[in-house]
Amino acid sequence: MKNKEYVEYVSARSKKSPILMNAVRAFLIGGAICSLGQAIFEFYSVFNSDIKETQSLVSLTLIAIAIILTGIGIFDNIARVAGAGTLVPITGFANAVASSAVDTKSEGFVMGVGAKIFSISGPVILFGTFSGVIYGVIYYICSLIWG
Amino acid sequence: MENNLITLKSSPKILSSYSVAGNKEHNGPLGNYYDEWCADDKFGKSSWEKAESEMQRRALRGALKKASLSDCDLDLILAGDLLNQCVSSTYGLADYNVPYLGLYGACSTCAESIALGACLFDGGIISKCGAITSSHYCSSERQFRYPLEYGGQRAPTAQWTTTGSGAFIIGEKGNVNIEQVMFGRIIDKGISDINNMGAAMAPAVIDTLVRYFDQSGTKPCDFDLIVTGDLGFEGSEIIKDLLLGEGIDVRKNHVDCGLMVFNRETQDVHAGGSGCGCSAIAMASTIIPNLSSGYLKDILFLGTGALMSPMTLFQGETIPAVAHLIRLTHSEE
Repeated sequence: MKNKEYVEYVSARSKKSPILMNAVRAFLIGGAICSLGQAIFEFYSVFNSDIKETQSLVSLTLIAIAIILTGIGIFDNIARVAGAGTLVPITGFANAVASSAVDTKSEGFVMGVGAKIFSISGPVILFGTFSGVIYGVIYYICSLIWG
Repeated sequence: MENNLITLKSSPKILSSYSVAGNKEHNGPLGNYYDEWCADDKFGKSSWEKAESEMQRRALRGALKKASLSDCDLDLILAGDLLNQCVSSTYGLADYNVPYLGLYGACSTCAESIALGACLFDGGIISKCGAITSSHYCSSERQFRYPLEYGGQRAPTAQWTTTGSGAFIIGEKGNVNIEQVMFGRIIDKGISDINNMGAAMAPAVIDTLVRYFDQSGTKPCDFDLIVTGDLGFEGSEIIKDLLLGEGIDVRKNHVDCGLMVFNRETQDVHAGGSGCGCSAIAMASTIIPNLSSGYLKDILFLGTGALMSPMTLFQGETIPAVAHLIRLTHSEE
C-alpha cells in the first residue's frame, strides 16, 4: 500500500470528532458564560454608572474565575465538554496563560513561569497586537482621506 | 529477503518482573495485578519528572527483590523512557551501582530493552541484566502536548499516556524463555496526526509480523497471544484489517496493552493507553506471570514506538514508527 493510499485509508476509517454535538455544547456553555458576564454587568451597574469601567470589570471578573478554576484543576474538565464554549470567550485565554504558569512552576520563576507563561497564548498576543497595528494604520489613513 | 530473525540458542529467561502503576491505571481492568501502585501520581515527589524516576527506582528494586538478587548481581541496566535525554531513567537508576545503557525507542523501548538484554546474554557478554521502562501521563503531556490544566478537547483517535513503570530481570534461570527476537525497521507511511498514533504505528507492526511469519515459518494460530504494545483501538483495528488482506488472520488471538490497561468505556481515554510504561506494566503484571505459571505457553510481544518529536511535527514531518518483536515461551524447569 502506497503512503497516499494508506493516509486515505486511515482518514476514511478513523472516527471523527462529533462536530454537531461539539457545536451544540459550545453554543450552550459559551452562551451561558456570556449570560453570566451580562448578569455580572447588571450587578456592577448598580454600583457604577460608567459603562466602560463596568465592562472592564466584567472581563476581569471572568478572567479571575477562569484562573481560579484552572488553579484548582476544574477548568480542563469543563473545557473537555465545552470545547470552543470555554475557549472562545476570554476564559479560554485566561486558562491558556494560567495553565502554562501552573505547569512550569517546577522549573522556577525565571526559566519556568517567566519564560513559558505565554507559550500557548503567545501567538494570540503577537498576532493580536500586530493586527491592532495594521487596523490603526488603516484607520489613520482613512481618517486623513475622509476626515 | 535477508534473514533478520534472531533465534537465541542459549535460551535467556525472564527471572522476574515488577510493575509500578499510577492511580488511573489502578482503577483500570488490570488494577489488582500491579505489584505496586500509588494513589498520588507524584509518588511523594515535587515534580512529575521526579515521580517518573521514582517509579523506575521502585520497579527495579521490586524486580530484584522478587528474584532474590541485589544490584551487584546485575552486569547491566538497559532502561528508557519518553522524556528528552531519557532523564527519568538516569535520575531514577543513578543510585544503583550498575553499568547503564539508556535507550530511546519511544513506546517500543520495553520490547527493545528486553530484546537487547536477551541478545547480550546470548552472546555471552552478560549473565544478568535489568530492563526497565516508564512513562508518566503528566510528564509526557507537558513535553509532547499542552500544559496539564489547559482546557482542550481530544480527538476520538487520541491515546492516553500510561503512568507506570515495569522492570524485568533477564538471566539464565526462570520459567519464561526468550526464544526469538526480531528488531523492527523504521516505517513511515505518511501519517502526521499526533492524535492518531495507532495509525502511525500499525504499518510498523505489520512489517515486523509479516517478516516474522515469513522467516520463522510460523502462523498466527501457533501462538496463544499476539500482544502489541500500544496501538490502541484504532491501530489494533487497522492491523487486523490489513493483515487479513495479506492472508494473516490475527483477529482471534491479538491483544493490545493499550486496550488492556484502561477501560475505554468508563475511563475517558479515547482510543486507549500509550507510552512505554503501557506495555511495560501490562507485560510485567499480567502476561509474564501467566507465562511463568504455564497458563500461556507461547506468545509474541511487539513493542510499538512512534519516533517523532514535537519539533519535527511542527516542521511538517510525518511520524516514523518501529515495532520490535520478542517470542516468549513457557519453560518447565
